[in-house]
Amino acid sequence: MNNNLYKYILGIADNSLILGQRLGELTGHEPSLETDIACTNISLDLFGQVRSYFQYAAKIAGDQRTEDDIAMLRKEREYVNVLLVEQPNRNFAYTMARQFLFDVYHLLFLQELQKSKDLTLAAIANKSIKEVSYHLRFSTDWIKRLGDGTEESKAKMQDAIDSLWTYTDELFHQTEADKVMVQEGIGVDVTVLKKAYYEKVNAVLEEATLEIPESKWFQKGGKQGIHTEHLGYLLAELQYMQRAYPNMEW
Amino acid sequence: MSEEQIKNLEAQFEARIARDEKIEPKDWMPEKYRKTHIRQMSQHAHSEIVGMLPEGNWITRAPSLRRKVALLAKVQDEAGHGLYLYSACETLGVSREELYEQLHSGKAKYSSIFNYPTVTWADMGAIGWLVDGAAIINQVPLCNTSYGPYARAMVRVCKEESFHQRQGYEIMIKLANGTAEQKEMAQDALNRWWWPSLMMLGPTDAESIHTEQSMKWKLKRKSNDDLRQQFIDQTVPQAELIGLTIPDPDLKWNEEKGVYDFGEINWDEFWQVVKGHGPMNKERMKARVDAWEEGQWVRDAAMAYAEKKQERKEKRVV
Repeated sequence: MNNNLYKYILGIADNSLILGQRLGELTGHEPSLETDIACTNISLDLFGQVRSYFQYAAKIAGDQRTEDDIAMLRKEREYVNVLLVEQPNRNFAYTMARQFLFDVYHLLFLQELQKSKDLTLAAIANKSIKEVSYHLRFSTDWIKRLGDGTEESKAKMQDAIDSLWTYTDELFHQTEADKVMVQEGIGVDVTVLKKAYYEKVNAVLEEATLEIPESKWFQKGGKQGIHTEHLGYLLAELQYMQRAYPNMEW
Repeated sequence: MSEEQIKNLEAQFEARIARDEKIEPKDWMPEKYRKTHIRQMSQHAHSEIVGMLPEGNWITRAPSLRRKVALLAKVQDEAGHGLYLYSACETLGVSREELYEQLHSGKAKYSSIFNYPTVTWADMGAIGWLVDGAAIINQVPLCNTSYGPYARAMVRVCKEESFHQRQGYEIMIKLANGTAEQKEMAQDALNRWWWPSLMMLGPTDAESIHTEQSMKWKLKRKSNDDLRQQFIDQTVPQAELIGLTIPDPDLKWNEEKGVYDFGEINWDEFWQVVKGHGPMNKERMKARVDAWEEGQWVRDAAMAYAEKKQERKEKRVV
């Protein structure tokens, strides 16, 4: 088994898994029927991507592991998503800020991944780009609407951006598996995406009449499996059925 | 308009319905026809929206990625059905906001079934199989109902509902063929959802106040009791096929009539739930009202932004 490739895939897919799970919490509770449909739809896209990645990872592992084992039977220290995506929904501004800050990265990342020498990853990226472009359009529009809407919505959106900003830099940190995969022409060198990322994010924030946070202090750890306290609860729900009823088909 | 003119319009209207012509939004219609349709269509729309909650309850805990994706898609479809139906309602001159207000104030009803809790994963199977199954029996005839916008919405809704129903039954098959624990979970879900599903088809004919008028307008083609019988006759063999037992000791095939005889429905329970005293009525309504109230600032922001954008556009034109 190609251990680095396996770990690399988890690094990509865990982000979609955890973010999809967060969005899934909102179904039926959104500010409007339209946003409810949209967030459920985004969650659905993300889980679709997760399935493609984990089916591939299971094949690479080459043992009895299934997509569900990989998604639901790891321990909390074995999930390698970035801290940004595990942040709670709190309010609609938080949800949209988290989505936007991830979507900008996600699209840049997939545009590069589609050039991967690994044809399966390239194909998954190619399919996902269409979905993520749509996610980005949706979240960008809401950043503008809330930022340039009412005084109240502006304050809430600014607060969300300020709070989540600290998790953005981690997107551009490389793990050991990342480095090996970049060398082999399979992985994406995330360090080079950073400039384009902040340019794009800043441009949208400006158009939304929001302040760009000046903070230079960033949180990280997710990629090493050191998470915030939010993740454990999320996993408890995600894993409940697989833990309570092991080795069954559903 | 004189009384005679109205009578004349009414006669023409009834004749059109008799000829199976569709009534469209700009056509003349009796006020009672309009009101009945607003009531039934909005109740249907509300049911789709409140119905997202019991199933949404299991999205984060679905046992496999495949099931999670299917459940998300299903709940998304329900929101879509809600949207079609609210739009269809709006063609009758009522706004979505007014309809929400009726739901939130408790003035408008939604299907009583959604006031039962989803306590295990198997409930996702039982809801798809039984609840969507009963809904389809109610709704397929509506594809031919006299009001055009409702009929057209129902064509789309019914296609998706039958897909959901198959998905639900497939969940039950999987559980019934699974481990002893899974089978027990499936049987328990059937036990809890069976009677409420039968109640979904409405009160008995003797107690159904709207039936006669609805039949005349083709909002209804068969009576509640006939539909219920059809549901039972169709569902019992499906339960048998997967080795589950219908929780009704009086259920028995009637050779002579060619239908299943079944036990007495607990109508006290039905009316309790309809009146707001079911196990989840308060929680369901609170979830909807909270979503609406806590989302106010978001909708306000969207309005303010749209106005600003429009102003800027107008300035550029000047």
